[in-house]
Amino acid sequence: MKTTHLLLATSALAMSAGAASAVDLTFVSWGGAYQESQLKAYAEPYMAAHPDVNIIWDESSAEAVAKLRAMNEAGNLTWDLVDVTVSDSMRLCDEGLARPIDGATELAAAPDGTDADTDFGATRVNECFVPQIVYSTTWGYRTDLVGDTPPTSVCDVFDLAKYPGKRAMQKRPIDNVEWALYCDGVAKEDIYSVLSTDEGVARAFAKLDTIKDQVVWWTAGAETPQLLADGEVVMGSTFNGRLFSAIAEQNQPIGMLWDMQSYDIDGWIVPTGLSPEKEAIVMDFLMFATDTQRLADQAKYISYGPARASSAPLVGKHEALGIEMAPHMPTDPANATNVLHYDYTWWADHRDDIDAKFQAWLAQ
Amino acid sequence: MSETTHAGPMLAADGTPLKRSLARALRRQKLRALALIAPLLIFVLLTFVTPIVSMLWRSVENAIVPETLPLTVEALKDWDPTRGELPEEAVFAAMVTDLQAAVKAKTHTKLGTRLNYENPGISSLFRSTGRNVGKWDLAADGPFKEKLIEADKGWGDIEVWKTLQRYSGHYTAGYFLNAADLENTAEGIQLRPEEQRIYMTLFIRTMWMSLMITGSCLLLGYPVAWLLANLRASTSNVLMILVLLPFWTSLLVRTSAWKVLLQQQGVINDLLVWVGLVDDANRLVMINNQFGTIIAMTHILLPFMILPLYSVMKTIPPSYLRAAKSLGATNWTAFWRVYFPQSVPGIGAGSILVFILAIGYYITPELVGGTQGVFISNRIAFHISSSLNWGLAAALGTILLSLVLLLYYVYDKIVGIDNVKLG
Repeated sequence: MKTTHLLLATSALAMSAGAASAVDLTFVSWGGAYQESQLKAYAEPYMAAHPDVNIIWDESSAEAVAKLRAMNEAGNLTWDLVDVTVSDSMRLCDEGLARPIDGATELAAAPDGTDADTDFGATRVNECFVPQIVYSTTWGYRTDLVGDTPPTSVCDVFDLAKYPGKRAMQKRPIDNVEWALYCDGVAKEDIYSVLSTDEGVARAFAKLDTIKDQVVWWTAGAETPQLLADGEVVMGSTFNGRLFSAIAEQNQPIGMLWDMQSYDIDGWIVPTGLSPEKEAIVMDFLMFATDTQRLADQAKYISYGPARASSAPLVGKHEALGIEMAPHMPTDPANATNVLHYDYTWWADHRDDIDAKFQAWLAQ
Repeated sequence: MSETTHAGPMLAADGTPLKRSLARALRRQKLRALALIAPLLIFVLLTFVTPIVSMLWRSVENAIVPETLPLTVEALKDWDPTRGELPEEAVFAAMVTDLQAAVKAKTHTKLGTRLNYENPGISSLFRSTGRNVGKWDLAADGPFKEKLIEADKGWGDIEVWKTLQRYSGHYTAGYFLNAADLENTAEGIQLRPEEQRIYMTLFIRTMWMSLMITGSCLLLGYPVAWLLANLRASTSNVLMILVLLPFWTSLLVRTSAWKVLLQQQGVINDLLVWVGLVDDANRLVMINNQFGTIIAMTHILLPFMILPLYSVMKTIPPSYLRAAKSLGATNWTAFWRVYFPQSVPGIGAGSILVFILAIGYYITPELVGGTQGVFISNRIAFHISSSLNWGLAAALGTILLSLVLLLYYVYDKIVGIDNVKLG
């Protein structure tokens, strides 16, 4: 008798728990300060308004395409929303692993009524990609190691006579070959047509050869601030947000060089194959998290520019430091006087080829 | 003895031929043994062998081309690329038909990615054509030769068609050729241009650096293992903890620690400058090169050498050395002729363990290897997670696996694998 009661009680409890149980969503991002800013600006406000939704984070964006492809082949999708760069979003969209998103109906319009696609403008690179932030790969230098004339042009990187010492560069051809050609006298608009020829690639490597033995190659964005702080390098490229936190939050003697900063965009994709119930929640979150106010809010926590034009005027002060964030945005007019818009489509075609040559060049 | 009574087969007590009755009894025994190991066998097959085989399979698999473009592949069979002319209208029409189906199934960009490995530029050719081709009417809009070339002039490039024809089979050797720095050109299989050769260098480097690491592990580990085996139990236990402590520490922590120690503004250089051994302007470069990789990996893999050595040395009775010396051997002769040969099984086990672990390492070389100290496994990881060329990664992996098996065979021939002992 007693057992029956107990059994009934537990099953009733289990049922009620099932009815009210929270929906667990797995979001994929990059970890670190960036993921923290997404948590603060998007996820926490959303969870506060929807107590039945529970967001779990997975720091796997660096391998997002490989893992989504494997999940798709295994037929076992465990991710609900994924933060990726533009080039990865192109590959996911190409392979049908990301779901197309209609800007007019599935994304929030700007406060003045402008539709989302127009508001995002060029940052909405393909139909699967919902942009969040514009970041740039740019140069930082040690203010105390460059003498009285700090570098003003990206070509100072290639000037070993004026700025002796080691440089940190990302261990990939993207950005580096563009900077090399630009500093070898190629006009900015001709870079990709020159790179499309074998001679152009050889020319870029020849320019890089001039500083090759002074380069420390990095693979993780955190390496350059560390190398600069240790005095291992005089200057180094990295993501602008990393330099911002080294300068503003850790007070390192580092200066920023915005010349020829290379823009890239980070945004969300929704994997194909979600269950209809989950997809509805994810799309609801996506509409909320990429509206004008939310994108502006994210800039309180990290120095990346919101991808919507309508968000720019709303960018305020840093949440903890209280400094105005607008001048630290890569999209700020004062910083964006000379920008490298790296060509996603061109790299989608030539990445494997140039990368093989780059690796062979590195190994020589 | 030789006078057998009858020519028929020998019978068991129940009248069946002895051979059959024996075989039946043995078969039952074999089945029971098989049933006992079945759980493990199935587990290993499912979780180890199947994934590896299916991954290796990708190194030759090429079904995406004939499956996405069945009509084009068929039509291209009769095309002779040596004449230097574009294929005929029939091929273009077949391509349009195939592409329309592929665009509907959203497979055309996937195919573009596949063919882009062989001919850079095909990826965007398929993507851009895919946008137009869906609207065309197959019956009314021909001829398609001009129309396709007008949509994207890439279709007027004979190389695109040559690539398509060359990679139209269900299987391809392309990935393996690429992994061996070769390429399949119109003039047959050739070495790639020098500025694209990379994998052979990496394979050779991986091999010899792994050998260096194994060697330095042995040099450093042998005396330590000897001490552990021959000191008093209380002292050797403390030493053992010192060996095991780093073994339990995270790999990343140990690698980063080496960075702090070895870098130019690091602890060792600071110390050397302070002592005056090194000039401040010419600090030693000890990291982001092969030296850094060898040092860090030797440290990380050292316990794998010490532990098997120790467990073998523990079984060597100390009385043998004493006996040798009492018979007049010098210290060296006693060690070299009596002790060392008995420790060889431990050396074998430790070396195989360290070498095989070293050959597949990629985190440490990635962090401290710079450009000259990275291994082939770094490229495999790159192709798996970044460039997504899984076919090439599988081919590189297959070659690496065969190299390890080959070395194992050579080791068996020279030293003998029975001569390996873990304790």
